[in-house]
Amino acid sequence: MLQEKLYEYLLHLGDNSMILGQRLGELCGHGPELETDIALTNISLDLFGQVRNYFQAAAQIKGGDATEDTIAMLRYEHEYKNVYLVEQPNDDFAHVIVRQFFFDVYHQLLLNELIKSKNETLVAIAKKSIKEVDYHVDFSSTWVKRLGDGTEVSHEKMQTAVNTLWRYSMELFNATEVEQWAAESGVGPDLDALKPFYISRVEEVLHEATLTLPEETVFQYGAKTGRHSENMGYILVDFQYMQRAYPNMKW
Amino acid sequence: MLEISEEIEELLRSVSDPEIPVLSIMDMGIVRKVDFVDGTYKVDITPTYSGCPAMDTIGDDIVSAFNNNNLHAKINLVLAPAWTTDWITERGRKALEDYGIAAPRSAEVDKAALLGEANTIKCTNCGSVNTKMVSRFGSTACKALFQCNDCHEPFDYFKCLK
Repeated sequence: MLQEKLYEYLLHLGDNSMILGQRLGELCGHGPELETDIALTNISLDLFGQVRNYFQAAAQIKGGDATEDTIAMLRYEHEYKNVYLVEQPNDDFAHVIVRQFFFDVYHQLLLNELIKSKNETLVAIAKKSIKEVDYHVDFSSTWVKRLGDGTEVSHEKMQTAVNTLWRYSMELFNATEVEQWAAESGVGPDLDALKPFYISRVEEVLHEATLTLPEETVFQYGAKTGRHSENMGYILVDFQYMQRAYPNMKW
Repeated sequence: MLEISEEIEELLRSVSDPEIPVLSIMDMGIVRKVDFVDGTYKVDITPTYSGCPAMDTIGDDIVSAFNNNNLHAKINLVLAPAWTTDWITERGRKALEDYGIAAPRSAEVDKAALLGEANTIKCTNCGSVNTKMVSRFGSTACKALFQCNDCHEPFDYFKCLK
C-alpha cells in the first residue's frame, strides 16, 4: 500500500518534468537564436534525465515487466499526473519563457524540500537535480527581466503571456490525495506551505521585469487528477507514436 | 579514494568520455567504487548531469574494456553523492585545457562572468582573460559557450557544478 502511494508520487514528480521536457524538445531547431535553441533543449535534456531517475525508481516498485520506458510511454492520457501549466503550447517565445519561469521557481522550491525527504532515493535524485534546476531558474529569470523590461513590443508580449499562464500556476500547490500522503509521511513537502514563497519569488522577478500579475484570476485545477486539456492528446500522439505504432521497439 | 589494483586502474583509465575523448573517466571522477564479487567487477559510476547521454556509452565502454582483458564487469549507476566538478583531477583539468575547453573555476567566478562583472575565464586559444559568456548552455549539458574579446575565437567552458 505504501509502495503503491510512493509509486503514484513518483509519477507526480516525473510527469511534470517529462511533459515540459517534451514541449521544450519540440523547439529543437526552432529556437529564436542558436544559443537559446541549445539552452532550451539542454534544459529539456536535464528534465528527461531527472524523469528517468524517477521512473527507474517507480519501475522497481512496480516490478514485473515495468521499465522506465513503459511507465513513460504506455499510459493513457488520464493516467498522467502533470499540471496544466506544462502542457501549454509554445505559442511564442514569451509563452515559452513565462511557462518555464513559473515552473522553474516551483521546481526549485520543491527540490529544496525533497532533499529533506524520508525517502533516500528521492533525496539522491533531488540533490542531483537541484544543481541543474538552479541553472534553469537563472536562465528563465534572466529572460523574463530582459524581455519584460525590454522594448514596448517585448513587454507587451510578456505581459500577455503572464496574464494567460498565471491561471495555471496554483494547481502546482493544490495537493492531490497522494501529495497529501507524501506531506504527512515526510516523503514530500507540504505544498501549501511553499505557496507564499513561490508567489513572493515570482513577484520579485516580475517587479524587476516591470511586469505585473493579473489581479483577478480564476485558477484552473484538474490536470493532476487526469482531467487534461485538449493539448495533452496532441502531445501524447507525438510522444508515444513509436511505441504505439511499433510496440516494444528498441532504439 | 578508490581502492583498486594498478591493472584495473589502467584499464579504467583507457575509457574516456565520448564527448571529450581526451578526458579519462578516472580523471573525470565518475568512477566511485569498484568491488570484486564472485568473479565480477562491480563498477559504480555516477552521472555528471542527470540527462547526460554519454553515460550509457561509458557504461558499455567499461564493460567492453574489461571483456577485452577476459574480465567481467557490471555497471551500477549511483546518484548519491551527486557529482561535482571538484572531482575532476588536476590531470583532467590539464587535459581539458589542452583540448580547448576551459576548466571549471568556482560558482562565484561563473556568476561574475555571467553578469559581466569580472573577466576571469581564460581563452583557451590565446590565453587572454578578456572573454565573455555567450550562452550558459553549450554544446553539451556540462559546458557553457564563451568568446574571447581579443582573438574573437569561441570556446567551451566546463561549467562549475557544486
